[in-house]
Amino acid sequence: MLTISNYVKAKTLEEAYELNQARSSRVMGGMMWMRLSNAKVKTVIDLSGLGLDQIEETDKVFKIGAMCTLRQLEQCERLREEYGDGIREAVRHIVGVQFRNQATVGGSIYGRFGFSDVLTAFLALDTFVELYDGGIIRLSEFVNRKPDRDILVSIIIRKGKRKFRYSSVRRTKTDFPVIACAVVTGIVHGEESWYFTVGARPMKAALTERKWKLGPDESEEAIAAYAKEIAGEFDYGTNMRGSAQYRQHLAEVLLRRSIRSILTEDK
Amino acid sequence: MEIRFILNQKQVAVDAAPDAVLMNVLRDLGCKSVKCGCETTNCGLCTVWIDGKSRLSCSVLAAGVAGREVTTLEGVEEEAAEFGRFLAEEGAEQCGFCSPGFIMNVLAMVKEFEERDAASGSGVWDIEEIKEYLAGNLCRCTGYMGQLRAIQNYMAERRGAAEGREMKEVQA
Repeated sequence: MLTISNYVKAKTLEEAYELNQARSSRVMGGMMWMRLSNAKVKTVIDLSGLGLDQIEETDKVFKIGAMCTLRQLEQCERLREEYGDGIREAVRHIVGVQFRNQATVGGSIYGRFGFSDVLTAFLALDTFVELYDGGIIRLSEFVNRKPDRDILVSIIIRKGKRKFRYSSVRRTKTDFPVIACAVVTGIVHGEESWYFTVGARPMKAALTERKWKLGPDESEEAIAAYAKEIAGEFDYGTNMRGSAQYRQHLAEVLLRRSIRSILTEDK
Repeated sequence: MEIRFILNQKQVAVDAAPDAVLMNVLRDLGCKSVKCGCETTNCGLCTVWIDGKSRLSCSVLAAGVAGREVTTLEGVEEEAAEFGRFLAEEGAEQCGFCSPGFIMNVLAMVKEFEERDAASGSGVWDIEEIKEYLAGNLCRCTGYMGQLRAIQNYMAERRGAAEGREMKEVQA
């Protein structure tokens, strides 16, 4: 059970950060996961009054406030124009509209949950996190850091021409994924680059990249071999939703489909 | 702590613990339509609107709704009864325990889709889209078929009524 002795709606980020230095404090996102946890929280810190619920766009980046809901991501026209249906695909299977109206991007990313679709999707893009004290660091670095007392302020995606695909397998609609994969490609420093993330293995999403130059006429066999190579790079675990072997097989199939879908897009 | 918010268009003030969840506070205020069906944040029975958006009141801290507008089924009695008639006509109800949360999300969906249609001029609602919107409302008695028929009939009638109004405006 979760108990809370004190609720504070922070007036500034500084206040939130100061309050969060106590080990007994906790920052709340959408409270979706936190309320199911067992914890005695002395002070719960609500960031909802700090204007962190906006998706801002500049020439170079998309900046997604930590308190943006998953539903906002799903409905953001600009993200759809930039990355296609992938972002929407990554969140639309998560429980229901009511849940996504409440669950926050910051909560999903800060939690670094093994089941996280949001983390799997953003990790494949050129993504950074903005921390109140720690500044801006790569999401790929943040994901492997131990949770500390810092405050996650926003998620920053550096723009660039990218093709993005997201896919997952679920035993039943609205459930956690058994496996989740994102594939991104684009020209980085003049070279064609591929980024692959696999999440819900059931461990949290991990990233691998390749400097591959692939054309639209790659054979099915070649694409299958690439997918096998990538899927084989991650480790998988067994739980009630599926075995490690099953998950690796699913990852291989989803990666293959995504690579093919990207390669044949302009055909 | 004292929390002031608007409940079904009326200003209320309640004394609640910092860890009180909205669902329990609403029930204590007499809104017994709001129920807990799963304890795992995914059944949709506790659906209420906060500032017009469907939310799961079982996971909302009551303290967090200070100054906001909360709507439960009790606050939309007329629309709920109207849609309820469509449900009954299709024999969609069995035990009825999940209906309040379901109806709240159906009404939110209809509002959202109608606003979108008004902006885009289109009016075609894909059944898959309806299913996706309502995927977070579980019913353990039925197979959802009656509910889907009821929704389609309800929306068709609303569209018909809207077109009728437009015709009158044009004629006038």
